[in-house]
Amino acid sequence: MEQSGGDVIQGTMDLLILKTLSLEPLHGFGIARRIEQISRDVFKVNPGSLLTALQRLERAGWLDAEWRQTENSRRAKFYSLTRAGRKQLEVETADWNRRANAVGRLLRAEG
Amino acid sequence: MTPRGFWRQLTRGLRALLDRRATDRDLTDEVDHYLAEAAAAHRAAGLSPAEALRAARLEVGSVTAVREEVRSAGWEHGVETLLSDLRQAGRRLRATPGFTIIAVLTSGLGIGATTAIFSAVKPILFEPLPYPDANRLVAIWEGGRDGTRMAPMFGSFRTIEEGTRTFERIAVLKAWQPTITGGDRPERLEGQRVSAGYFETLGVAPALGVGFATSDDRPGGGRTVILSDRLWRRRFGADLGILGTPISLDGDPHVVVGILPAEFENVMAPEAEVWTLLQYELDQGRAWGHHLRMVARLDPGHDLARARADLAAIGPDLKNLAAAGNGFFPGEFTLTPLAAEIRGGVAATLWAVIGAVLLVLVIAAVNVTNLLLARGAQRRGELAVRATLGAGRGRLVRQLLTESLLLATLGGLVGMAIAAAGVRLLVSRSPAGLPRLTAIDLDATVLVFGLLLTTVTGVAFGLAPAFQAAGRDPREGLQWTSRRTVGGQRRTRRALVVAEVALALILLVSSGLLFRSLSRLLSVDPGFAPANLLTMQIQTAGPRFASDTATTRFFQEALDRVRQVPGVVGAGLVNQLPLSGDRDEFGAHFEVGPGEEPRGFNVFRHAASPGYLETMGIPLRRGRLLAESDRAGAPLAVVISESLAQLAVPGGDPIGRRLAIGSLDGPRYTVVGVVGDVRHASLGLAETAAVYVTPAQWRFPDNAMSVVIKTARNPIGLTEAVRSAIWSVDRDQAIVRAATMADLVSASAAERRFALLLFEAFALTALILAVAGIYGVMSATVVERTREIGVRSALGASRLATVGMVVGQGMRLTAIGVVLGLAGALVATRAIAAMLFGVSHLDPITYLGVTGVLALAALLASAVPAWRAARVDPATTLRSE
Repeated sequence: MEQSGGDVIQGTMDLLILKTLSLEPLHGFGIARRIEQISRDVFKVNPGSLLTALQRLERAGWLDAEWRQTENSRRAKFYSLTRAGRKQLEVETADWNRRANAVGRLLRAEG
Repeated sequence: MTPRGFWRQLTRGLRALLDRRATDRDLTDEVDHYLAEAAAAHRAAGLSPAEALRAARLEVGSVTAVREEVRSAGWEHGVETLLSDLRQAGRRLRATPGFTIIAVLTSGLGIGATTAIFSAVKPILFEPLPYPDANRLVAIWEGGRDGTRMAPMFGSFRTIEEGTRTFERIAVLKAWQPTITGGDRPERLEGQRVSAGYFETLGVAPALGVGFATSDDRPGGGRTVILSDRLWRRRFGADLGILGTPISLDGDPHVVVGILPAEFENVMAPEAEVWTLLQYELDQGRAWGHHLRMVARLDPGHDLARARADLAAIGPDLKNLAAAGNGFFPGEFTLTPLAAEIRGGVAATLWAVIGAVLLVLVIAAVNVTNLLLARGAQRRGELAVRATLGAGRGRLVRQLLTESLLLATLGGLVGMAIAAAGVRLLVSRSPAGLPRLTAIDLDATVLVFGLLLTTVTGVAFGLAPAFQAAGRDPREGLQWTSRRTVGGQRRTRRALVVAEVALALILLVSSGLLFRSLSRLLSVDPGFAPANLLTMQIQTAGPRFASDTATTRFFQEALDRVRQVPGVVGAGLVNQLPLSGDRDEFGAHFEVGPGEEPRGFNVFRHAASPGYLETMGIPLRRGRLLAESDRAGAPLAVVISESLAQLAVPGGDPIGRRLAIGSLDGPRYTVVGVVGDVRHASLGLAETAAVYVTPAQWRFPDNAMSVVIKTARNPIGLTEAVRSAIWSVDRDQAIVRAATMADLVSASAAERRFALLLFEAFALTALILAVAGIYGVMSATVVERTREIGVRSALGASRLATVGMVVGQGMRLTAIGVVLGLAGALVATRAIAAMLFGVSHLDPITYLGVTGVLALAALLASAVPAWRAARVDPATTLRSE
C-alpha cells in the first residue's frame, strides 16, 4: 500500500479503541500511537475524533476514565475497558468479521 | 444503552452544564497532555524541542478546535446553545423595554381576554349538560296556537306519562323554599318539589342512600328528602348518620333518604340544595293549575318530531279532562331540548361577546405584528452588520426565532394570568341569570389557541427581517436607506393600522349602542316611584301558621308595627314585587253576555294590602284604590291595570265589570278602579296586565309577602328598625331580600349592564391599541423622514406646516380606517340587534359620537410625533448625513 496515513475507516474507531484498550489501560495519545503502530501507519488518528469517541464510549459505560501519573510522571487521563466494554468488543469484533468476510467474498466473486 | 451508560450520559451532561469550568479544565488538560506526549515522541525521534513542538502542533491541529469538537458531541451542547440563545434574546429584549412590555402586554391581553371569555361561555354554549345522554332531555311547556307559553299542569304530566310511548322518563317540579329548624339557627333553603322520577329522568342516582319511592308521591305519602352534597356537608358536617333520620323543614319532620353526588349539577335550579316529593293527585284543584316545570327523557329510538306528534295526539283528550277539572289546556305542547332551554336568552348575548373578544384578539395580533415590523426596520442595520461579519442565515433566523418565541412565551404567561383573573372576575360579577356558573373553569384549549395565534404571527413577522438581511447584499443594508423595501414595509404597517382603527371602531360602535340601550332602558318609566322605597320579604313558616287566619293576622300586625317606625311615611304588603324576579300569573276571565265565549287574559295576580298602591306611587286612573273596607265577607273588589282595561273593555268603562281570577267557576270580583301600568317582569317588556285584590279577599293567604316602605329619606338606613318591628310580632320568621326599590330597578338590568361592561372593556382595549398603532407608525415615519423634514425646514417650511403634514398623514390613515370600520359596523352590529333597547343598530348619534371620540384620540396620537418633527433642527440633520 503506497498511500499511508489515511483516516480511520468510518465506523471502526470504536472497535479500534476497544481492541487497543483490551490489552492494557492507556491515555489518549497512547491509544492513537498504538493504533498507528499496529496498523503500520495505515490509519492516522485525528485527535479530535479520538477524544470525542473516548468521551462517547466512556458515557456509554464501556470505558472507565481515571487521572493517573504516567511513567514519566505527567498527569494523564487513562482509559480502561469495563466488563460491558469487553462484551461490546466481542459484539463489534463479530460484526466486523462478518462484514469483512462479506466484502472479501464480493471481491473474490468478481474474478 | 446499559442502565449505567444512561446514568453516565445524564450525570456527565449535567455536570458539564452545571460546572462548565471544571469540565473544560479537564478537557484542556487532556488535550494539553496529548500535545505534550506527541512532542515527546517527536523529540524521542531526534527532533529539537522547538521542532518537536511544532511537529506536534501540526499533528494535533488547533487545540481549541479539538476541544470544541469534543465539547459539541455531548447532548448538553444543544441545551447550552438554546440557553445562550435565550440569554441573548433576553438581553436584546431588555435593551428595548418599551417594545418588550407593550408587545408582551398586548399579546397577553388578547390571549387572556379570549381565554377568559371562552372559558366562561363554554359550559353554556359548547358543552352538553352534565347528565348521561343529555341530548335526549327535553323541556315541555304548554302553549296556545299563538305561540304563548304556559307553565305545565300536573294533569298534563299524568296524561303524558300514561298515554305516550316516546319518553323513557318524565318528571314535573316546582320551586320550594323550606325553612330548616332544629340546628343552631333556622335557615331558608332553596329547593324543589319534584315528582318521584325526577332524578331518574336526569339519569342521576344518589351517591349515598336511595332515590324517592314512587309510593310516597301522593297526598299524605311519607315525607322524604334528598340533600345535595353541599348542604349535607355545610349543615350536617357530612354525617352519614343523617341517612334515615328526620330533619325539620317548615316545622314538619322529613326523613333524609339520599345524598346526591358532589359533582351533581342541578341545571334547572342551580341554587337548589334539597328535594322532596311533589305529592299531587288528579282530584286536587292544584292538579289543573299552571305552575309546574316539566322535563322528560326521550326513548333512545325516538326523536323530537316523533315526541311532538305523540303529544299532539293527546291534546284533545287533555282539553276535556282539564275542563272537567275546572282547568284549561291551551291546546298544544312545545318541546325544546333541555340544553337549548337552559341556554335560553343568553346564547345571543354570549355569541356577541365572543365576537367582540375575537376582534380584540385580532387587533392584539395586528398590533404585535406592527411592533415587530417596526422593530425589524430599525434592526436592519444591526442584522446587516452581523451578516457581513459572517453570521449565516440559519444563525440569524435562529436568533430572531428565539426572540419571537421568548416574546410569545412571555405573552402567554401574562395571558394565563389575565385569563385566570378574568374567569374569577367574570364568575363573581356575572348576572344572576347566567346558567351553569359552577361548571366554569379555565379552558386550556383556548389558551393554547390564543398562544398559537400570537406565536405564529410573531414568528412569521419576527423572521421577515432575518430573511431580508441574509438574502440581500449586506452593503445595501449597511447603507441603511433602502428606499424600496422601506417603502414597502411602510405601506404594510399603514395597512395594519388602518385595519386596527376599523376593528376598534366596530367595537366602539357596538358598546356605544349598548350604552345607549341601557340608558334608554333605565329611563323607562317603571310605572311606580322608586325613590325612598325600602322593600323586604317576610316568609312565614311553622305550625303556628297552619290556620289561614293566623297567617293573615300575623301580616296585618307586622304591617301595623312597621307603620309606627319613626321615619316611615307609608307601608304596604304585596305578594309579588315588580322587577324582583317574582312571577305569579293567573288567567283573568271577564264576564260576558250570554252565548259569548268568556274572554281570558294572562295577568299578574297581586294580593296587595290597602296602602300598597299609594306607597308605590302607582297612579289611580279611574274609580278608587283598595281600602280597608275590602275585607273578608265584603263584596269582592279588584283594581285592574290600564292595559288590562284596554284589552278587556276597549274604549269602554271597566268599572263595575265582573271577572273570575284563576278557575272559571271561581268567585267574581267587581272592578272598582283602574291604575297605571307597572313594568313587572322587566323594564324592557310591556307585560303589564295586572289585577290587585286585598289579601283578605283572596282565597288563600300567601305565606311570603313583601313589605314596601316609603321613607322620608335614606330608606336603607331604616332596615334594622323595620326588621325589629316585624320581629316584635314573631321572632321566628325569616326576613330576606332587604333592598331599596331603586336597587331592584337597577339590578333588573344586570344582564345588560354585564354585557355592556364587557363590551366597554373590549372597546377601550381596542381603542388604546389602535391609538398606540397610529402613534407608532407616525413616530417611525417622523424618524425615517428626519432628513427630509430638515431639508424642508431649511428651505423655509414653517413649524406649523411640518406639524400639519404629519398630523394630516395620521388623520388620513384614521379616516380610511373609520370609513371601513363604519361599513363593518353597519353589518356587524346586526349581531347585537337583539340586545338593543330603544335604539336601532344603525343609530346615527352613536356612530357620530364614537367616530368623534376615535378621531380625537387619533389626533392626539399623531400630534405628539408631529410636535417632535417640528423641533427637528435642520442644521443638525443635514450635518449628520
